[in-house]
Amino acid sequence: MSGHFQKKAQTKQEIPTASLPDIIFMLLIFFMVSTVLRETTVQVRTTLPQAEALTKIDQKRLVSYIYIGPRKLDGNRLGETGVQIDDALIEDTGTIRTVMYRKLIEQPKLIVSLKVDETSEMGIVLDVQQELREAGTLRINYSSRREIPS
Amino acid sequence: MSLLKKKKRKEAEIPTSSMADIAFLLLIFFLVTTTIDVDTGIGMVLPPKLEDDIEPPPIKERNVLKILVNEQGLVLVEDQPSAVQLIRDEVKKHVLNNGEDPRYAEETGKALISIKTARQTPYDAYVGVLDEVWMAYFEMWDAEARSLGFPDYATYVDSIEEADAENAIRDKIKAAISIAEPDAA
Repeated sequence: MSGHFQKKAQTKQEIPTASLPDIIFMLLIFFMVSTVLRETTVQVRTTLPQAEALTKIDQKRLVSYIYIGPRKLDGNRLGETGVQIDDALIEDTGTIRTVMYRKLIEQPKLIVSLKVDETSEMGIVLDVQQELREAGTLRINYSSRREIPS
Repeated sequence: MSLLKKKKRKEAEIPTSSMADIAFLLLIFFLVTTTIDVDTGIGMVLPPKLEDDIEPPPIKERNVLKILVNEQGLVLVEDQPSAVQLIRDEVKKHVLNNGEDPRYAEETGKALISIKTARQTPYDAYVGVLDEVWMAYFEMWDAEARSLGFPDYATYVDSIEEADAENAIRDKIKAAISIAEPDAA
């Protein structure tokens, strides 16, 4: 009997920790790869309005952003309302239709997320929407923050 | 001689036990700095571009609930001044009227909500109104799902996605929201 017990006691009770760093590194690499850093600098201020009836956009690759808001100038000043697609400010709203049409050909299921500053006027938003209709990009999303119930 | 002996005994090993801790620190740093922000917003589908020779289909005045938002962000519902919070009930009454009240829609399938703004209307006022209209639809869908025996609309959507079926609630209470062009100033 005692021999049996001795045998058991002889087996190693340690967990091999040599591969632990590798496991952690795997996790680290996963997070490093899945992290998406913001690749465009937004040149207009977009303080989003608050809303309750929100839907989530799960597929990020379908989304293209249009930023509308007052331009950020030097020294924290704000300028005229500007429209930005990707990296460029749009001077003439008439060019939006060609830009968006090209994007639609690349991604037929395109969703246009409108990030509009809450102080903007509807006129510019409607002009942009009219251009989107011309381009055929009809799925839009008024980007909003979740309303904090008071 | 004795010095040489000492050197020989020393093993040239790097302590690897702290490697895991270093990796953990890096991992935690990335975990904290990563922001997987999900985009949220109010989804809409714009009407397709109108062909010049095709007239838009005629819509009965009665089936349209007209909401007007002016430059100050004040709201008119069917030409009556209204608070933004009251729009939700107004939309529900309109859509679920089924011909009872002559001021509201004839039937649910024909009901239409029209939101009209001025060019100077602030965007957040418009989103506030649109939000209320969508919330009205969300609540009606929720109620419809409950009458079918589901706890809420989201569970109903999950169940039809599993069964690959048509969304009957959405077909019955169709969210018809139109964004009207402002009058030329």
